[in-house]
Amino acid sequence: MDEEFRNEYNILGRPVPKKDGWLKVSGQAEYADDIFLPGMLHGKLLRSPHPHARILNVDISKAAALAGVRAVVMGKDFPGLKYGNIPQTRDYLPLAIDRVRYIGEEVAAVAAIDEDTAEEALDLIRVDYEPLSAIFDPEDAVQLGAPQLHDHAAGNIAGHSAFHFGDVESGFAASEYIREDVFETQPIKHGMLEPHACVGQWDSSGKITLWSCKMSPYVVWRQLAMGLGIEPGKIRIIQTFVGGGFSGGKQEAMPMDFCAVMLSRKTGRPVKFVHTMEEVLTIGHMRHPMKIWLRTGVTKDGKLQAQHCKLTANGGAYSSIGQFSMYLAGAMLNLPYRVPNIKYEAQRIYTNNGFCGALRGHTIPQICYARDSQLDIIAENLGFDPIEIRRRNAIQQGDTTSNGFRITTFGFDECLERVAEASKWHEKRGKLPKWRGIGVGCGSLISGARLMGHSASAAEIRVQEDGSVQLTTGSTDVGQGADTVLSMIAAEVLGVEVDDVRFPRVDTDNTPVDPGTFGSRVTFWTGNAVKRAAEDARQQLAEMAAQKLRVDPQDLVFRDRQVFSRKDQQQRVGLKELVRWGEFHLGRVIAGRGAYAAGEELIDFRTGFGNLSPAYTPSACVVEVEVDPETGHVTITGIWGADDSGFPLNPLAVKGQVLGATVMCIGQALYENLIRVEGKVMNPSLRAYKMPLSTDVPKLADVEHISVITWEPSGPFGAKEAGEGAGTGVLAAVANAIYDATGVRMKSLPMSPDRIRFALKQKNEKESAGKGSSVAAE
Amino acid sequence: MKHLLPITLRINGEIHDVLVPPWRTLLEVLRESLGLTGTKRSCQEGQCGTCTVLIDGKPINSCLYLAIEAQGRDILTIEGLSKADAHLHQIQKSFVQKGGIQCGFCTPGLVLATKALLIDNPDPSEDEIREAIVGHLCRCTGYFQIVEAIQDAAREMARQGSG
Repeated sequence: MDEEFRNEYNILGRPVPKKDGWLKVSGQAEYADDIFLPGMLHGKLLRSPHPHARILNVDISKAAALAGVRAVVMGKDFPGLKYGNIPQTRDYLPLAIDRVRYIGEEVAAVAAIDEDTAEEALDLIRVDYEPLSAIFDPEDAVQLGAPQLHDHAAGNIAGHSAFHFGDVESGFAASEYIREDVFETQPIKHGMLEPHACVGQWDSSGKITLWSCKMSPYVVWRQLAMGLGIEPGKIRIIQTFVGGGFSGGKQEAMPMDFCAVMLSRKTGRPVKFVHTMEEVLTIGHMRHPMKIWLRTGVTKDGKLQAQHCKLTANGGAYSSIGQFSMYLAGAMLNLPYRVPNIKYEAQRIYTNNGFCGALRGHTIPQICYARDSQLDIIAENLGFDPIEIRRRNAIQQGDTTSNGFRITTFGFDECLERVAEASKWHEKRGKLPKWRGIGVGCGSLISGARLMGHSASAAEIRVQEDGSVQLTTGSTDVGQGADTVLSMIAAEVLGVEVDDVRFPRVDTDNTPVDPGTFGSRVTFWTGNAVKRAAEDARQQLAEMAAQKLRVDPQDLVFRDRQVFSRKDQQQRVGLKELVRWGEFHLGRVIAGRGAYAAGEELIDFRTGFGNLSPAYTPSACVVEVEVDPETGHVTITGIWGADDSGFPLNPLAVKGQVLGATVMCIGQALYENLIRVEGKVMNPSLRAYKMPLSTDVPKLADVEHISVITWEPSGPFGAKEAGEGAGTGVLAAVANAIYDATGVRMKSLPMSPDRIRFALKQKNEKESAGKGSSVAAE
Repeated sequence: MKHLLPITLRINGEIHDVLVPPWRTLLEVLRESLGLTGTKRSCQEGQCGTCTVLIDGKPINSCLYLAIEAQGRDILTIEGLSKADAHLHQIQKSFVQKGGIQCGFCTPGLVLATKALLIDNPDPSEDEIREAIVGHLCRCTGYFQIVEAIQDAAREMARQGSG
């Protein structure tokens, strides 16, 4: 099938370098911090030193009087309107007004002639706080009498999701083996290298402009309007290059955005804010740490019968998109496996920590870690090879899951088969030398979500008189390659080259409205919209060409910047000439429009039932490790991954995304942990927050990414999600490989050297306390 | 303004006279005084490598290097790498073509680190490449395509006989 499509397409399916690569590699790509406007001031934010306190008074007089300070704002300079993502859980304020709920929460902001002066002024703002008792552990937070964070959330329940499909009791009754385990995951940060940055301007006509590195500029557009209490039409968001997103706050309006525009209003000058890395690591936005209790029932032949999951997430001080985060973990609990009976109960608890939200894979990697670790325990106890037990339970094309996901293409069997082959699984498993091990982990992801709010995508295409194509969407390139793949789709339809297509970044005054980049939606949703917009433009061009060439428009072919009749190839006109002819003689502007909405159906979040996404991708990952028993250090010696991304439109970008997601999850598996003590982040620097380095990943020869090709009928040219899903199985793959190497089962993350050493010590003590014969197991 | 010192910097072969307080870092002077924003600001403590420039051919973190110390030395920033012939340097081409770029924030620093590596060692092993870029974080790629880009640059430069 692979070759067939490659042959059919002129552009898609070939590796195409990133369109903006030339600008980025020469230092010419302008990120938000690279903007220097005439008269621009520099802003800094004052943050709460308390995890929980009442604000009694804010005195800005000394700060405002400091030479070089131009304005100071505090919470009451804003209208006191809460903003956020999901209507029922909006709890953000631009700046705290009467209460702070975590260390690092924004309280006031200064604009000054330079950053040093702004920083100095922060020390002169006097805030009188009345400290309140604080809670950091979700289990404490739900106790009677615990301090309450938000008036609207009794018992500190920030969000919950519960559902039951099939009948777990009868599922467990039909099971011959039942297993219960508890897994814990840690908070990790997005680790994008570009700190959040923005420049805000509020001009005297009342127009607000924000230049910022946003993944979802239209979300920011609406949220700024919400928090400022003005019409969105008065706001213009201009997206700059985005130096890494991963949903690390760049998908939302942040306090710095509100303060930049408000300080601009007060000073008449543009105001820039750039977070320091310490601020990035201190503020909210991180992956939810979770405690996951999972009970699974299985028959002797390894068929999963029932899963019951209870999950508690430490949500931190605010909601972000947490309500959806809780639903998602349960909705994806069993994917990519068939489980007929599922019960799920999740709570997201408010605590006085930095708040959690989305991060590449959202809450799916955590749930896959728990489930695929437990699946290995089950396989071992029932005497199955880990790949075999996965194969026996694999979801197949055409399935409907118990919660109503309709599975279209799903090449999971092939993922397992090919990853086993590439990793030489059967030659290695059980045969590796001491302290070396191999493990598998699997996962699945959506291709964009049908959300209650804005889900649909839109695109516009103009074909200009030089034959070039201007493609605009509200979706953003954040490095993942949207600029390139969307341009490839337009070029494929219009018969031009990728270089002929321009992909300007989002400007809410000019681009079509779109939710932006998250949940692996862009290639699929916006890609479909771009395809339709290009087809619309092609239809307009075909009508003109038919008139000019006196042929049937149905017979026209668009290729190599030419339009010709398939019946008589001499009947042809160059695209450039055709567009000019239309402009000059007909006054035609070639402007195509396209939209994609994936149908009307929505999830019923009360019952959890419904088809979340138009398509789902499975992935399988095999990891080989070597563990040093003296230090507990784990070396990843090989990674092999297979994922079904439909038809990979740009294999170069797919490979980069898949491997990048894999390494990010290796960071979570082995190194990363945002350490908080009483709500204070103890490692807010890249020196102490350990992300994978170039020497931490295996050699090129020991790494392979396999694209399993299926043809997804609802995807643009057969494509599905690629990249985010490939990380979902990695945490369990590493845990399972470590178990294979050492015999210790790591049920909490990260699997850092100290914890592995401790687990090995415990195992040894247990074994020597038992029989002497257990030494043989060493 | 007190504390201002006149200093002269040779950047990408051009002489710049600037007045700066003595505690300003080279990164700050490049970006804020001279508008050379291709050098990126991220962690500001020498951990991420985004602010890398070459001083007399050696990569340094410009966030930890005072501008006054750079006087009398040759400073190469990303803006200077391909200036000579208006075409991109082979290292830059290899980064683009091999997928070594996603968000691009780490890219200028990595390109300059590669330049320094290949001056010293035109035919580096994979391990030597990984060691040479260990001070550069990249969250997007997992480093694989960056290593491939550097290998490709080394091969192409050897073939073209350029250094």
